[in-house]
Amino acid sequence: MKSTYRAAAFGLAGAMALSLTACSSGGNASTGASSDGKVTLSVVSLLPGSEQAAIDAFNAQVKQFEAANPNITIKPVEYEWQAPTFAAQLAGGTLPDVFEIPFTDAKTLIANGQLANMDKQFHTLPYAGKFNPAILDSGKGSDGKVYAIPAKNVYGVGLHYNRKLFESAGLDPDKPPTTWDQVAQDAKKIADANPGVAGYMQMSQNGTGGWQLTVQTYARGGRIQEVSKDGKATSTLDDPATVEALQWLQKMRWNDNSLGSNYLLDWGTMNQAFASGKVAMYTSGSDVYTSMIQSNGLDPAIYGLAALPLEGSDAGVLTGGTLAAVPAGVSTAVKNAAIKWIDFFYTGKLVDKDRAVADAQTLVKDKQPVGTPVLPMFDKAQYEQNQEWIKQYINVPLDHMKSYTDTMFELPLVGEPSRHTQEIYALMDPVVQAVLTNKNADIEKLLKDANTQAQNLLDQD
Amino acid sequence: MTRNDVLAAPVTAPPGTRTDRPRRTPATALVTWVRRGGPHHLVFLLPTLVIFGVFSWYPIVRSVVMSFQKTNLAAPPRWVGWHNFVFVLHDPLLGTAVRNTLWFALLALIIGYPVPLVAAVVMSEVRRAKGLYSALAYLPVVVPPVVSVLLWRVFYDASPTGVFNTILGWVGLGPFPWLQDQTWAMPSLVLAATWSGAGGTVIIYLAALLSVPPELYDAAEVDGAGIWRKVWHVTMPQLRGVLFITLILQIIATAQVFLEPYLFTGGGPANATVTVLLLIYRYAFQNSLGGNYGAATALSLMLAVVLALFSLLYFRLTKSWSQ
Repeated sequence: MKSTYRAAAFGLAGAMALSLTACSSGGNASTGASSDGKVTLSVVSLLPGSEQAAIDAFNAQVKQFEAANPNITIKPVEYEWQAPTFAAQLAGGTLPDVFEIPFTDAKTLIANGQLANMDKQFHTLPYAGKFNPAILDSGKGSDGKVYAIPAKNVYGVGLHYNRKLFESAGLDPDKPPTTWDQVAQDAKKIADANPGVAGYMQMSQNGTGGWQLTVQTYARGGRIQEVSKDGKATSTLDDPATVEALQWLQKMRWNDNSLGSNYLLDWGTMNQAFASGKVAMYTSGSDVYTSMIQSNGLDPAIYGLAALPLEGSDAGVLTGGTLAAVPAGVSTAVKNAAIKWIDFFYTGKLVDKDRAVADAQTLVKDKQPVGTPVLPMFDKAQYEQNQEWIKQYINVPLDHMKSYTDTMFELPLVGEPSRHTQEIYALMDPVVQAVLTNKNADIEKLLKDANTQAQNLLDQD
Repeated sequence: MTRNDVLAAPVTAPPGTRTDRPRRTPATALVTWVRRGGPHHLVFLLPTLVIFGVFSWYPIVRSVVMSFQKTNLAAPPRWVGWHNFVFVLHDPLLGTAVRNTLWFALLALIIGYPVPLVAAVVMSEVRRAKGLYSALAYLPVVVPPVVSVLLWRVFYDASPTGVFNTILGWVGLGPFPWLQDQTWAMPSLVLAATWSGAGGTVIIYLAALLSVPPELYDAAEVDGAGIWRKVWHVTMPQLRGVLFITLILQIIATAQVFLEPYLFTGGGPANATVTVLLLIYRYAFQNSLGGNYGAATALSLMLAVVLALFSLLYFRLTKSWSQ
């Protein structure tokens, strides 16, 4: 009798294993094309926890798209790109059909076969040839085909500051700091005048610590990685500029006590802290204003954006951006629908007057930001033309962003390090955290250890 | 009858024994199985088999296989032998993670282990509103873990205006950095974990306390024992078995601590709260480009072996006590 049971159990287990294999090969099972030609397309909508007005504006755009494309049904999915959650979603096959990735990740994802080839669909766009080639290249595979399409934004890092807190410390909000020493001095004045507020703070968690430390390194003329002509990459995390950046941070933390009391912040929590007036100054992408309005209830009156102080020869502003991509393995119908959505939601409005105006009208109706400064995805002339089209709808406080917008086209832009970017950023997080939480942190040793580990990663290639 | 006669005598088997029956064929076995309600048994077993199969056995087998592979879950996996295990054992962060996990376990023993016991003993002595106290003690267990962590993050605000710092400030203490300091972070996690986990253990202890025969207390009282002597000489020895089981269970649970370091500190500041499970998570998911799933499963497997030893100990002990 026992053996019969055992046989039955094995049979059952075998059947289950087979059914699991069948399930796991399904991929994005929730969406796709049906036989009647209708396509359901899941797309990135807004950050989780966005304000109702932002959701209303997004839904209005979805309605417009569906009216113009009756065969496509849009399924919005809330989404915030974070290294750990992205990896889990990618592995689990739960990413939407159109998702967003940073410039730095595209090449590897393409090489791994994780992104769909969108070359044919991309070239149906009438403005396909107009993209800035350097930006378009970040989404191309080694075969020269387009897999990921520049979308949403290209940013340069800027210094975001709270005008109200500047005033509270007797500082002129129209004259933001232009050197790192001034940043430190202003931060101290603000922290002294507002107990519990961080005069300045820097991200330190989930890879953002490394990202923003790299910003600091670039701004002082350093680099964290060199790639030679023969393709060999050398890690330079212990660059003197990085040491200087950390010493500057250390002084503000332990001498000036101007960094507040929360030293574990990432992109999302930093935005939250800034919008709620807990942090007076921080560095992040120039376009972060939009998501702080959409998700953090930022009061536009307190917001200011300044150009990043640059010191030393070869200093540069870190630049990055977002690409839209489609997971490998989806049907052609889904890819065709995806390019229509990418055109509608991300890129078309940048080159077409009617669509630019329609988009701005929809956003303004729900009091969503129009005109947040970003770097041009095409060229400067196209960008300025676009700004002209939507001029009457611009509702972001451009006066408060003058320090940034006046110089944004002259800034020396430097791309993010190209090899093992996110892994190396993650290695730098504990270094930043150590400086912020240990008075006796040995900066040079910390950087040396991190550099050894980073070089090990680079040597794997 | 000689010995040989006995051996030579025809054996008369009692009716109903094996030799009586016709030879079993697979077909007759199946018929018998069906007649005796085999399919019904299987139908009843099916949900359990499916659930265990899908959610336990299959992932376990897959992880074992994956620990010997290099895969990004997109390209076909490659066999790499013991490479993943070697990688994990050479990772400088492994030592930190093991030390942190042991430190968490030790702190949980010092802070977390006695709390439910003391609470249960005190509650069992209370004469009025016993149910209310039990409910209050159990309430934190009902709060979803993520909610409780978010709540405690507010309490742990390190500024002088933070909840705990304000309260402690009234008696001239603090402000304390709580989660924002490499030394303070781990005890802070243990405190929060104790708050959210103690309720369940309190209920177990309360039930065990009820099983202590009241005559023993009466006898102790007649002998002139006060409350502390009654607790020490009657209650504690009677609870010995339960105490040991909760101890083993706590060690097993603390070795797998993930939620608190992940949600409170993300392993920071400066890796001060990276635990073994958080390291596994980092291997698998920290890199947005597809993680090192091989290393993650290899370390999981090593942890599982250690925990299996503890579980074995637990089974042995519970078995010997139940006999």
